[in-house]
Amino acid sequence: MPKLTIDDKEIEVPAGVTVLQACEMAGAEIPRFCYHERLSVAGNCRMCLVELERAPKPIASCAMPVGEGMVIRTDSEKIRKARNGVMEFLLINHPLDCPICDQGGECDLQDQAMAYGFDHSRFEENKRAVPEKYMGPLIKTIMTRCIHCTRCVRFATEIAGVEDIGLLNRGEHAEISTLERAIDSELSGNLVDVCPVGALTSAPYQFAARPWELRKTLSIDVMDAVGSNIRVDARGRHVMRVLPRLHEGINEEWIADKTRHACDGLARQRLDRPYVRGADGRLKAASWSEAFSAVAARLKGTDGKKIAAIAGDLCDAESMLALKDLMANLGSPNLDCRQDGATVGEGPRSSYLFNSSIAGIERADAVLIVGSNPRWEAPMVNARIRKRFLQTGMPVGVIGENVDLTYQTQYLGAGPETLKELAEGRHPFAEVLEKATHPMLILGSGALARADGPAILALARALAEKAGMVKEASGDEPAWNGFNVLQRAASRVAGLDIGFLPGEGGRATAEILSGAESGEIEVVYLLGADELDTARLAKAFVIYQGHHGDAGAQAADVILPGAAYTEKNGTFVNTEGRVQLGRLAVFPPGEAREDWTILRALSGELGEALPYDNLGMLRASLVERCPVFAAIDQIEPAAWEPFGQDGSVDSAPFVMPIANYYMTDPISRSSETMARCTEALNKGAEKATGTDG
Amino acid sequence: MRVLKTTSYDAPRTDGFAFTAENKAKADAYRARYPEGREASAVLWLLYLAQEQNDGWVSNDAIEYVAAELGMAPIRVYEVASFYTMFNLRPVGRYLVQVCRTTSCWMRGSDAITKACLEEAGTASLGEVSDDGVFSVVEVECLGACCNAPMFQVNDRNYFEDLTPESARAVMAKLRAGEEVKPGSQSGRAGSEPQDGAKTLLHLAQSPAPAGEGA
Amino acid sequence: MLQDKDRIFLNLYGQDDWGLEGARRRGIWDNTKDLVALGREEIIQRIKDSQLRGRGGAGFPAGLKWSFMPKENDGRPHYLVINADESEPGSCKDREILRNDPHMLLEGCVIAGFAMGAHRAFIYIRGEYWEPLRNLEAAILQAREAGLLGEDACGSGWAFDIEVSRGAGAYICGEETALLESLEGKKGQPRLKPPFPAAVGVYGCPTTVTNVETVAVAPAILRRGVEWWTGLGRPNNTGTKIFSISGCVNQPCNVEEEMGIPMKELIEKHAGGVRGGWENLQAVVPGGSSVPCLPEPICSTMLMDFDSLREAKSGLGTAAVIVIDKSVDIVEAITRFSHFYMHESCGQCTPCREGTGWMYRVMKRLVKGEAEIDEIDTLLDVTYQVEGHTICALGDAAAWPIQGLIRHFRPELEKRIASYRQMMQAAE
Repeated sequence: MPKLTIDDKEIEVPAGVTVLQACEMAGAEIPRFCYHERLSVAGNCRMCLVELERAPKPIASCAMPVGEGMVIRTDSEKIRKARNGVMEFLLINHPLDCPICDQGGECDLQDQAMAYGFDHSRFEENKRAVPEKYMGPLIKTIMTRCIHCTRCVRFATEIAGVEDIGLLNRGEHAEISTLERAIDSELSGNLVDVCPVGALTSAPYQFAARPWELRKTLSIDVMDAVGSNIRVDARGRHVMRVLPRLHEGINEEWIADKTRHACDGLARQRLDRPYVRGADGRLKAASWSEAFSAVAARLKGTDGKKIAAIAGDLCDAESMLALKDLMANLGSPNLDCRQDGATVGEGPRSSYLFNSSIAGIERADAVLIVGSNPRWEAPMVNARIRKRFLQTGMPVGVIGENVDLTYQTQYLGAGPETLKELAEGRHPFAEVLEKATHPMLILGSGALARADGPAILALARALAEKAGMVKEASGDEPAWNGFNVLQRAASRVAGLDIGFLPGEGGRATAEILSGAESGEIEVVYLLGADELDTARLAKAFVIYQGHHGDAGAQAADVILPGAAYTEKNGTFVNTEGRVQLGRLAVFPPGEAREDWTILRALSGELGEALPYDNLGMLRASLVERCPVFAAIDQIEPAAWEPFGQDGSVDSAPFVMPIANYYMTDPISRSSETMARCTEALNKGAEKATGTDG
Repeated sequence: MRVLKTTSYDAPRTDGFAFTAENKAKADAYRARYPEGREASAVLWLLYLAQEQNDGWVSNDAIEYVAAELGMAPIRVYEVASFYTMFNLRPVGRYLVQVCRTTSCWMRGSDAITKACLEEAGTASLGEVSDDGVFSVVEVECLGACCNAPMFQVNDRNYFEDLTPESARAVMAKLRAGEEVKPGSQSGRAGSEPQDGAKTLLHLAQSPAPAGEGA
Repeated sequence: MLQDKDRIFLNLYGQDDWGLEGARRRGIWDNTKDLVALGREEIIQRIKDSQLRGRGGAGFPAGLKWSFMPKENDGRPHYLVINADESEPGSCKDREILRNDPHMLLEGCVIAGFAMGAHRAFIYIRGEYWEPLRNLEAAILQAREAGLLGEDACGSGWAFDIEVSRGAGAYICGEETALLESLEGKKGQPRLKPPFPAAVGVYGCPTTVTNVETVAVAPAILRRGVEWWTGLGRPNNTGTKIFSISGCVNQPCNVEEEMGIPMKELIEKHAGGVRGGWENLQAVVPGGSSVPCLPEPICSTMLMDFDSLREAKSGLGTAAVIVIDKSVDIVEAITRFSHFYMHESCGQCTPCREGTGWMYRVMKRLVKGEAEIDEIDTLLDVTYQVEGHTICALGDAAAWPIQGLIRHFRPELEKRIASYRQMMQAAE
């Protein structure tokens, strides 16, 4: 631990940190623009200069490793002058158009100019103007504001893994450019966050609001099963934007583009009042009591066995539990939270969780990805794998579609046969996994949604055991479970945890659909379930409770308008099994209500009210029946118990469950921004490229 | 050395430009100068080849082609091509006359050379390509022939030094006519010795010997 | 004046064959094997003892620099990189070595490369140097064919080869880390130091970057002896040096002279004197555009070596002597330098990217006098805001010529501003 003196204060810091970090530990604030703790050091803005004793010139503290006995001054006259000088240089060609700049109020340059700027300009020449650049539908550029810190270039190259941005030309003609191509990354929205000025701003959010007008709610994302931590910024009844919130275990400080930019879909295609299908076959607006009466009339006298419920991908745990209880009251064993048709998940928690945790990827030293495109199914997980790959160059094998994951992969094969070869040790990559100390397997949800899902799960488990992916803690080495299922639906883990699954003699999704066709199922309750072939429900009486006029609502006989994830307090469990709380940022539109309250009200209408009068009671019931829900933001390691079902596997190749990253659910399908991204960026199957190392 | 693929990028568009067989062979030889996995080091060489093949300028297609040849992201090659001044990103005359404008040349009359060159080219302004496509004249920063000022360079090749407006025009006239023109000093110097002859090492050979033809 | 017997560069003007045959006639490649046989430590020690200072501008002790290379090989190859990106305005000496005596450099590479434990050298030559490039590449082929380079270079048992890389028009690539970036096929933007190239250089391997002339003289020092070399010049400013004398002299030329030769003698003996006589001298930029100019009175007694010029708040730089006589508009002369630095700034770091353009534009107005008096101080202030605050030394180099101008010619600037004002008032 080197000892150094910073502004006359002695401090001991860990070896390998930079002088800038040491100064911060010593409580000295160091201004900076180009430095970003998650990006490589560029040292180009020169704002972080400090004085190092015996050095002839001030040093860039961001780039200088600490040394024993260094004597640093951060507050001398010389340093103040140096910083003022740099600030003046940054401002001479900056347009100072803060009043019309979307970054205004949250701009590093603006803030630091308050501290280090002059009150007037000594620059008598004409200012430079730089043409705007095209970066795709998400980023608006005003390049005259650019201070050439190259954070965007480094983010794209290092974190996102796409070499789409560069700094062209030189000297005062230096310009950030993308060659007028859209940035082909699911993480591109983060460029706006890393840009310290208003050069890169959010295109969908342009001129929409000022930061001080916004009400900020800390919440959880539901666009995938990662559970990225987000901040929902709202004005009045509208969600204006979604921003990332730091969570080292999940999304660090990034979020994926769908998480950030699907939010305009919250204001479109909304179900803001109940509807009942009339005798003429058309949906008519109705009051809540009319809608409830219609439901009650249909359910009255219907055998519970002829009633079914399917929960969709965006549901909160509370509403699923309420629906489960309601179904129990109705005597129906037919319920499923796996609208993709998967039949696995009834086993122990370790059979459906991302057991090694997302942060645990940074312990892995070999990875096998089976039937998944993490770049689309969980961009933050993919970013973490990439991060680990850059640290170690670890081998990453892929079975399934050979897609470009932004890091080097070894393509092993297309279907379950290859997995079988690995599990039986007949494939060279099996040796790679066995040799690794922290081997990891990532099994995509798409691979499990097949008819042979249970057998694939069993194969994967066999491979995990064979390759030593599950290890007890020993000595200083904590336990390791490298068996991971990468879920895609935000609701899935909670649904499985609370057992939103077929009961005794109950039907799963596939049988519910076939039953609806054959007439054995007469009533289907869709809780936000839209990713179904709803045509197969034509004969059944469909109750759709949800927030968007999507597939489920169109097939419905009664629509009960619910709340989207930004409009309710709900619990979500991510693919790691981490319980997190989403919070209400705005109220549901019109007559829409928080989902559990709808179910509670309906249960009363049906004669047997559910036993909770408020969210607290519902949550208490949840915890009582499923204790994992008590530990918010914790990961309880799941016991490694038997699961899977040996059986024959189909040789058909794994198919990616997502055809278009930008449109996967009712919210993103309603989003104009996502539509623009689809147009500019979605290349579907063309994306597959040879990345075989 | 194992070099890992660490990023992804759109495959370069390579339909519009391709090296001739001769240049392809040269490109391979340049690549071979650098260690395995470090092929990007040859990017400047390949850009020169592309520029030469493409009438003196580097088109977008050529840049994309070079990127594909070296396994580089197109943006990285664009960065390079736009950074170095010897790559012309716009068409130029068959002879790009680059007059040095920096102080040592300026003090010895580079302004007059530029003027004479523009006149001879028949162009009104710097950078303009003459109607016949033969010339474009630009001013450049110091070309490192300060003891033979003023001077200009033609394309990425020969220097013409110790110029007067008359000799500058004469050089250009010969270029236009396709006649042979002796590069180097136009005032009769062998190199950078004093104009009236070397004052040192007089005992050594005085007349320019045929330069190492062994090559 | 240096005696012919002490000259090293025997074909500076290209009167003789630049090829292998001519080189051998001039004593190059003569028993190179024996020089290698001195051993790594001994070669470096002798270069240290010779007090040879780098000829590329900064004047860093060459032996010390060579000694920074790791003694033990950790598995990464070592590289010698020759900086032949001669681009400093006023400087045109390396060009003469490269085109007229390339074998001098190649032999120096074998010695220096061996001393650093390198099996491979890259010579990075500026892109504009077409003729030097051609001769250099031909010379390498000759040397390979003659077994002077290759698996057993010069029969020394040391495998050594040289490759040439061609720049493409960027002054900044003369900065050693920018050069390494360029060599790796990137934009020539200087790297942050530390790490220094001796630890992490080209391709992440230990590397020493050194100037053409420095390496080219090394074999002669070993051959003729350290004492011979230190007998020339004065302590810490030893040996011979090629001076490039350009601008307002009667006979601009390159010449090898003894370090420490009086500036006046240098100009008068070799370059035919200042145009119009010494009395017509206005100022001299003694070491290439990056160093501050010196006005005539100082020039009369000035000695041309590192320490003397440093004491006079200027520098020897690359020993490119740019002579400015009284007929020249000195403000414009320096403004042209400012334009140069604006043009050559790599654009990476703030003070240089923004400051060089600002300085040039103010200078441009000052040529006409179109400025306020207090803008001279603003300009000076801006130069100090750039100086010492950038990643590499280009910022300093852009600042110093202006500082030199203001230091020595402030009255001239003030006079211009006053007369411009008068002219404008008269026009109203």
